[in-house]
Amino acid sequence: MQLIRRFEERAGELYAKAKIGGFLHLAIGEEATIVGAARALRDTDYLISTYRSHGHAIARGTPPEAVMAELFGKQDGCSRGRGGSMHMFDLERRFMGGYGIVGGNLPIAAGFGLSAELLGTDDATLCMFGDGASNQGTFGETMNLAALWRLPVVFMVTNNQFGMGTALARHSAVTDLQRKGESFGVPGVRCDGMDVADTYRVVCDALKRAREERQPLLVEAVTYRFRGHSMADPEEYRTREQVAEWRKRDPIALWSRRLVEAGVLDEAAVEALDREAVAQVDEAVAFADASPFPAPESLYDDVYVLGDQVRGWYSVDERTPDVHRGEEERERGVHPSTREEYDQHAAGPHESGDAPRPADEAQDAGERAHDGERGG
Amino acid sequence: MAVVRYREALNQALREEMTRDERVFLMGEDIGVFNGAYKVTAGLLEEFGEARVRDTPISENTIVGMGVGAAMTGTRPVVELMTINFSLLAMDQIVNHAAHIRYMFGGQVAVPLVVRMPQGAGHQLGPTHSHSFEALYLHVPGLLVAVPSTPADAKGLLKSAIRDDNPVIFIEHEYLYGQRGDVPDADDGDHLVPFGRAAVRREGEDATIVGISRMALTAVRAAEALADQHDVSAEVIDPRTLRPLDLDTILASVRKTNRCVIVEEGWPHGGVGANLAALIQEQAFDWLDAPVGRVTGADVPMPYSKPLEQIAFPHEPQVVDAVLATLRDS
Ligand SMILES: Cc1ncc(C[n+]2csc(CCOP(=O)(O)OP(=O)(O)O)c2C)c(N)n1
Repeated sequence: MQLIRRFEERAGELYAKAKIGGFLHLAIGEEATIVGAARALRDTDYLISTYRSHGHAIARGTPPEAVMAELFGKQDGCSRGRGGSMHMFDLERRFMGGYGIVGGNLPIAAGFGLSAELLGTDDATLCMFGDGASNQGTFGETMNLAALWRLPVVFMVTNNQFGMGTALARHSAVTDLQRKGESFGVPGVRCDGMDVADTYRVVCDALKRAREERQPLLVEAVTYRFRGHSMADPEEYRTREQVAEWRKRDPIALWSRRLVEAGVLDEAAVEALDREAVAQVDEAVAFADASPFPAPESLYDDVYVLGDQVRGWYSVDERTPDVHRGEEERERGVHPSTREEYDQHAAGPHESGDAPRPADEAQDAGERAHDGERGG
Repeated sequence: MAVVRYREALNQALREEMTRDERVFLMGEDIGVFNGAYKVTAGLLEEFGEARVRDTPISENTIVGMGVGAAMTGTRPVVELMTINFSLLAMDQIVNHAAHIRYMFGGQVAVPLVVRMPQGAGHQLGPTHSHSFEALYLHVPGLLVAVPSTPADAKGLLKSAIRDDNPVIFIEHEYLYGQRGDVPDADDGDHLVPFGRAAVRREGEDATIVGISRMALTAVRAAEALADQHDVSAEVIDPRTLRPLDLDTILASVRKTNRCVIVEEGWPHGGVGANLAALIQEQAFDWLDAPVGRVTGADVPMPYSKPLEQIAFPHEPQVVDAVLATLRDS
């Protein structure tokens, strides 16, 4: 939890320095839901999450280096720089992705469950999403099918009280979210999402039932995000008092206090753990800095699986007036004006302030992002 | 007349139309308390109240569908979707319902619905938030499609869209929200820009550049570079709406310049340019001295990594090259 916290704090700072672009959604305050849940999984189980999932990848074992490099848009990022903050992925560790479309991951999770069923494995799937996502049509449709086909999937709604700037009671008629799957045949349970041990215990039980009884469950983890929805959220929709109240239940502070009280750790050990986390983050940043940007020639890589049928693909290259086959692009080399464009941006943010800040959903896009931005 | 940003121009259009017509109301995710993801609806909740500025859950297909139903029964909804990629979740209501209902029911009802949303790359939002989909909507009979590139057009077209009795897909651009321009305000009378009338952004003799959405601005800059560095005089046309399309203005220009390049941010296959190139060669073949050129976004999902993203959508140099190529061919 401490590593994730330190990692995300640093990511926030690097975002302010324009080392990281796009939207950056931090899960600071929600670490217990991540670690408690991820620790309940077997290595062979699948985890799938949302655009708020730096911590999910790390909890699954993805090196922080690869997560940071992804945030930097670098070649060695866990999605090779293609996905960014919202789209982390690590197949080897069965972290099956963060998804930028709210509610988009639910049916996909059920699909993992369907594979397990068809292939006869006892792999389970844990699907995490937000309270806001429970209003998408995919929620009800997925609950129904998962229950109907008895799929080994645990759905976990991290109820952090808000979908962006909209409070739970303003977006969902039923605010007792654990009950939201009931009528579809998916029973619910609740856990204290600020308590890593409680989250772990509840998710373990749920996974056991999903795996052994083929009974999908909905776990509601009650939690809170301490930071804005994304980086420049003015947070006008909630009070400081409310945030302060929840901060008293900081999941990391709660847990370390408990460990100290139980005599498992002493204060010095807690501090040593923190120093270690900071050092790991330092390494991750150094690694990400040193990693190269993906080469311009790689732009068309991985659009398709290539084979006998798809040897390349017909592609109209926007960068030259020529029409040619995309695969041959590597041999043809990159058009000089494209190379120039690439080099200019690969050189990093400009001091003049013309490095565009992302037009965040949560920020005044124009004022920051576009003033003085070089033309598109 | 005042200099305002594109987003403020849109805000004025909404305010003026809501004031003019009680039946106009807004729905969308975080448009009220949060003032809108891109602040287009800022202040409207306070002014018009919760009944007419409705924060919705994250349920794109259903809020567009409710817009369809409300539009069929006497109101004039304007639905905001945060990003055009999310409109794909509402494709069923937009295509199977909004676009087809009037035809399917023999003309008995209309669907005066506006669906507004931004599109576009350049802010490293990656493959789920950065695309340009005007071509998808252009494809569908029954829809009107607007792609305003200036604050004045954003305002005038949105007001016209709200008054039109057809479903309108109103495509804004994330990059453009902060751009400033002269915009007539309420004191100047009703500022309406009619659908189906292109704007000639720059006159020229040697080649025609058609720029779609933000690419209309790129096209103007390319034309300036062509004049300064290559002694080429390019005419720039911004169609402003794709359905209806002001083909006459484009054809008249091509008949004058004999060359045409179409610039869009979206994908090449089945793109706006593909369609327009077909129309131009059907109707002005004898006037063309070179194949119609296209400059498009790369044929890939939009990558996150900054330098990769930047080379995945068009900039001036590519447009300049494409225009020079049409001149070389002749
Ligand atoms: C289909 C879709 N609609 C809208 C958005 C914009 N959006 C991103 S996050 C978000 C709020 C989601 O809230 P919730 O599901 O509670 O998750 P949280 O962000 O609180 O973790 C919204 C509206 C999106 N990414 N995808």
